[in-house]
Formats: sequence, C-alpha cells, structure tokens
Amino acid sequence: MFDVHLLHESFAPSAAIDRLSNVTPSAGGVASFVGKVRNGDEVEALELSHYEPLTEPGMLALGDAARVRFDLAGLIILHRIGRLEPGDPIVCVAAAARHRRDALQAVDYCMDHLKSAAWFWKRELRSGEWQWIEPRDEDHADLARWAVEKATV
Amino acid sequence: MAVRIVFLGPLRDLAGEDVREAPAPLDWAGLLEAVGDDVAGQLQHERVHIACAGRVLTDKTALRAQDGEEVALLPPVSGG
Repeated sequence: MFDVHLLHESFAPSAAIDRLSNVTPSAGGVASFVGKVRNGDEVEALELSHYEPLTEPGMLALGDAARVRFDLAGLIILHRIGRLEPGDPIVCVAAAARHRRDALQAVDYCMDHLKSAAWFWKRELRSGEWQWIEPRDEDHADLARWAVEKATV
Repeated sequence: MAVRIVFLGPLRDLAGEDVREAPAPLDWAGLLEAVGDDVAGQLQHERVHIACAGRVLTDKTALRAQDGEEVALLPPVSGG
C-alpha cells in the first residue's frame, strides 16, 4: 500500500495508520508521525497553500524516493491544505516495514523533506493577524543530514 | 496570448495579487520588470525559485517563457 495524497478536508490519521497496518501483515512494525496545529499557543488558525502543478507530484516523488531508499512494505503520506484550526492534523506519514529501522527512518526522511523541501507555504493567524512561517535553520539542517548520509553510502 | 505570473505564499502579499499577465516571450529581465521592485528584490534570493510550465528551473536567470505558459514564483517553503 503506497498512498500519497494532498487533502482539502480534515482527516483521521489513526484510521489511515490502522489501514496501513491491516494491509501489510508481513511487516514487523509500523512507524508514524502526525503533525498537528498546536493548541494553546495563541495560534487561532493555520493556512497551508500549495501550487497545484508541483505540490502533489513532488509528494509522489518523495514517496518513490523513500521506497527506493528504505525497505518498506507500505507507506502513506497525507498532507492537508486550506484553513486548519488548533488541534487539526496537518500531516500524517506512516511506514510499514519488516524491520523497525526502515520504518522509523522512512518517516523521519519524509517529514524532513515535507518540512522544508515540499511545495507548501504556511501562515498562522495570531491576534487577528496572518504571519507567514519560514522554515527554521534546524529544518534545513535536518534535511541536510540525508544528503550527507547519501553521499557516504 | 501572454505569460501568466503566479505569486505564491508571502510573494502574493508583496505583489498584492495572485496572478499577473505579462507579454510573451518573457525572460529573467522581463520578469523582474513585470513584478515590481519588491518582488524583484525577493527573486534575487537564492532560496526563491521559479517554475516555468510546471518545472522548477535550476537556473532561474535562464527563464524563457512562451505564449500561454505559466511562471510560478516560489518563495521558501514551510510544510508539515
């Protein structure tokens, strides 16, 4: 099961993760990450925009790259766009694999790329004003780890 | 026919609109002129990319957009 989708509406990450687990009986484990809009952080809303010709094709390419790089039985990448409220899930990445390290690393790899190398733009509504969010230096450093590892393999 | 320039993320706020049309063909110098000083300044940054007809350019200064093509201005991304 390889499922990569851009979602316009709210979704239930747990249902998607359960489905992945059910259809990959040969996998020894499922690792997942769910990113949510923080609650109690003075953020009233979050808005994610995208660029149709690039965003979903880019997510599909990311999924393909993860499948090549790690030994996976299944992978899901779900990412919201549009307006989100505190507590809403933004992103869900789950990987099923025979061995845990492939599953854990595939999730980490996909998240690092979604954070700072996928075609999304995020802004937050705070005290009635929208503010664009740029990736932090840490996000770029996280992404760079994979390039270094790749170069040394 | 013309070239459609699409402003994304914070560049949309800076441009004050989502889309602007410019006469074709459109090259890098023409693009800088068409988008106004504020956006043109942003386009000089290394982390701001350009896509033409659905493909991200490795060298944005090599832009050559033809009639009917879309040029997207892509500021630094933030997903997840």
